[in-house]
Amino acid sequence: MIHGEIWTAKELWVLPNEYIIWAIQIVMYPFMTGLVAGSFVLSSLYHVFGIKRLEGIARFALVFSFALLPAALIPLLLHLQHPERGINVMMTPHFTSAIAAFGIVFSFYFAIVACEIWFLYRRHFIEHSRYLKELGRHKPVRFKILQFVHTVLTLGSFDTSEEAAQKDHKAIKFLASLGIPVALFLHGYAGFIFGSVKANALWLTPLMPVIFIVSAVVSGIALCLLSYIVVTEVRKWRSRRAQTRAVRATGPAGMTAVNLERYSAQSGEIQSVEISVVKMTSRFLLIFLVTAVSLELLDLVFRGYTAVNSWNILKDALYVRDYRNIFVFQYGLGAFVPLVLLLIPRLTLRRTVVATILVLFGVLMMRYNVVIGGQSFSETFAGYMHYKLPVIPYDLERLREGLVGALIVFIFPFILFYIYSKIFPVFLRESHGRE
Amino acid sequence: MSDELPEALPKEPTGSISRRDFLKKTGWIAAGVLAPAGALELIFGLKGASSAQAAEAATTAQTVPHWQFLVDANKCVGCGFCVKACKLENDVPYEADASRTWVERHVVTKDGVSHVDSPNSARDGFTTPDIDIGEGKTLQINPEDIAKAFFVPKLCNQCNHPPCVQVCPVGATYKGPDGVVLVDRTWCIGCGYCINACPYGARFFHPVYHTAEKCTFCEHRISKGLLPACVQACPFAARRIGNQNDPTDGVAEVIATQRVEVLKAEYGTNPQCFYIGLDSEVR
Repeated sequence: MIHGEIWTAKELWVLPNEYIIWAIQIVMYPFMTGLVAGSFVLSSLYHVFGIKRLEGIARFALVFSFALLPAALIPLLLHLQHPERGINVMMTPHFTSAIAAFGIVFSFYFAIVACEIWFLYRRHFIEHSRYLKELGRHKPVRFKILQFVHTVLTLGSFDTSEEAAQKDHKAIKFLASLGIPVALFLHGYAGFIFGSVKANALWLTPLMPVIFIVSAVVSGIALCLLSYIVVTEVRKWRSRRAQTRAVRATGPAGMTAVNLERYSAQSGEIQSVEISVVKMTSRFLLIFLVTAVSLELLDLVFRGYTAVNSWNILKDALYVRDYRNIFVFQYGLGAFVPLVLLLIPRLTLRRTVVATILVLFGVLMMRYNVVIGGQSFSETFAGYMHYKLPVIPYDLERLREGLVGALIVFIFPFILFYIYSKIFPVFLRESHGRE
Repeated sequence: MSDELPEALPKEPTGSISRRDFLKKTGWIAAGVLAPAGALELIFGLKGASSAQAAEAATTAQTVPHWQFLVDANKCVGCGFCVKACKLENDVPYEADASRTWVERHVVTKDGVSHVDSPNSARDGFTTPDIDIGEGKTLQINPEDIAKAFFVPKLCNQCNHPPCVQVCPVGATYKGPDGVVLVDRTWCIGCGYCINACPYGARFFHPVYHTAEKCTFCEHRISKGLLPACVQACPFAARRIGNQNDPTDGVAEVIATQRVEVLKAEYGTNPQCFYIGLDSEVR
């Protein structure tokens, strides 16, 4: 079978060799890199521009970005017909190709994020490794492993002086500033990969990298916000559970006033921090969302107005065949509804959760409509191709480039984030860390 | 005498010259004489070199061919022998629904609507008058409604500015000195960028090797003086191949002196596959 034949159905005049060869994994690839870039930008808003109210989410977003990074590689490897040769991109990069620099940009960005995280957590590693060492030799294996990991992560630097902290701070600011253009480049360039294909009437537009960057920031902020709310709610719930357990264990009479106050203060503090962070972050989400939609609509209007050769088939593909995916899912549910939800005064957590989920869905649909939509009409401008997502993975091809493969790619960063958060505590506040 | 020399040196008698000065001045004179001479030599030398290079290039041009393809669509009857020959020659599975070359049937009805198909890339020719409209459906056209109908063979255009070569991230696809675009099956990573970048739909993934696959004008044959499989199989000489660098080549002469067309010139790819009898609605 020809690659792409499994999920492509042809209608009317389509060239014999034409298939949808960039399938769901190539939808996931810009979606995941978008999340990486977006969450990094969010963390940099605090580290570089000093937007204090984002302090609570800055570390969270940075570690999330680090967890999302490997997930941007997986869809590419799953998509390649020869994944074992993927390294060739680094060995013989052919620089006239937009994909050639991927390895270099990706590694560079990875290094920046890794360094920034190291500087951010250096003091934490040292303190933790010292603390675990002080526990003596007879401690659980888990602690021994943690001590080893933390000691290795200090990279032999044990200076916790105020001077060193100042230097760390400087390095973080520098790396965060350097990271912004690189993160935007990493993603804008994913847009360039599509925007520069002159053979594809839908992709070919210089606006593509810009649209990709802005929607990347939108999706990154939305995901960080959503995860932040979920994780904070879990913390609140845990704190309440600890309180009730303490009450149950000692009885209400045994519970000292101090203890009660501590628990409720902890829970209350989380609550107040959370809503303030959420409100501020959703402001930024709104700004980027409006920009993204404006750019996309500008592109659409421009195509309709200039109405070049390809417009006839594009018009049909956009307004008739993909109407539901584009106007109902992407613009309606994915942009308009969350816009209204976020704009209504007195923002609540529940409303934010719904809005962020819808925004993420909208951005995913945008990637889908670009990647699959761009391949849904023939280069003859006289035929269509329909994409059927393989759901049941009864062979390797359907597993790699089907629903299951896409879900693996989506879930992977969350698992990685959970593991990372054991080493890099995401709710450590800078002011606390300096004490 | 030798004892006095150190004293004599600073005084420097008029008319005499120290060894150091002598060498210095000689050096300057030599440089002064040589520089213009060198410049002249450089200019003439370069000129000489450039003319030598041009001559060399001219001889290479004569020895290294630049292949061009000529399709006379007026002569094609849609028998599909070319497709069959190509598949057999080039190890593309016969049953695979993709091909390095294919033949299109264009039927334009009197209402101006154009119906096009190429069932199985026309591997078996066109065995029914019904038009294949995809998804297993066919369209019957009343012969009386037909305004015009014709066949168009297609293959890789071996563009002089190939977008497929431009976008390959690892350089696995490249344009050889004879103008033919080739794929290195041992280096291709299978990203599919070249397939999406080709405006002619000439590329696909080989179902066995899982690497990008395309027409090579039968490079393995033409480099040995044989004809491409499709050209040899065509009973009506609708397909012909020529060498632009050979002044005696008849096909190259037709391309140079007659009115020929290329496909999708607007993409700036500079195709090297030329057509006679192409209709404006062929894309």
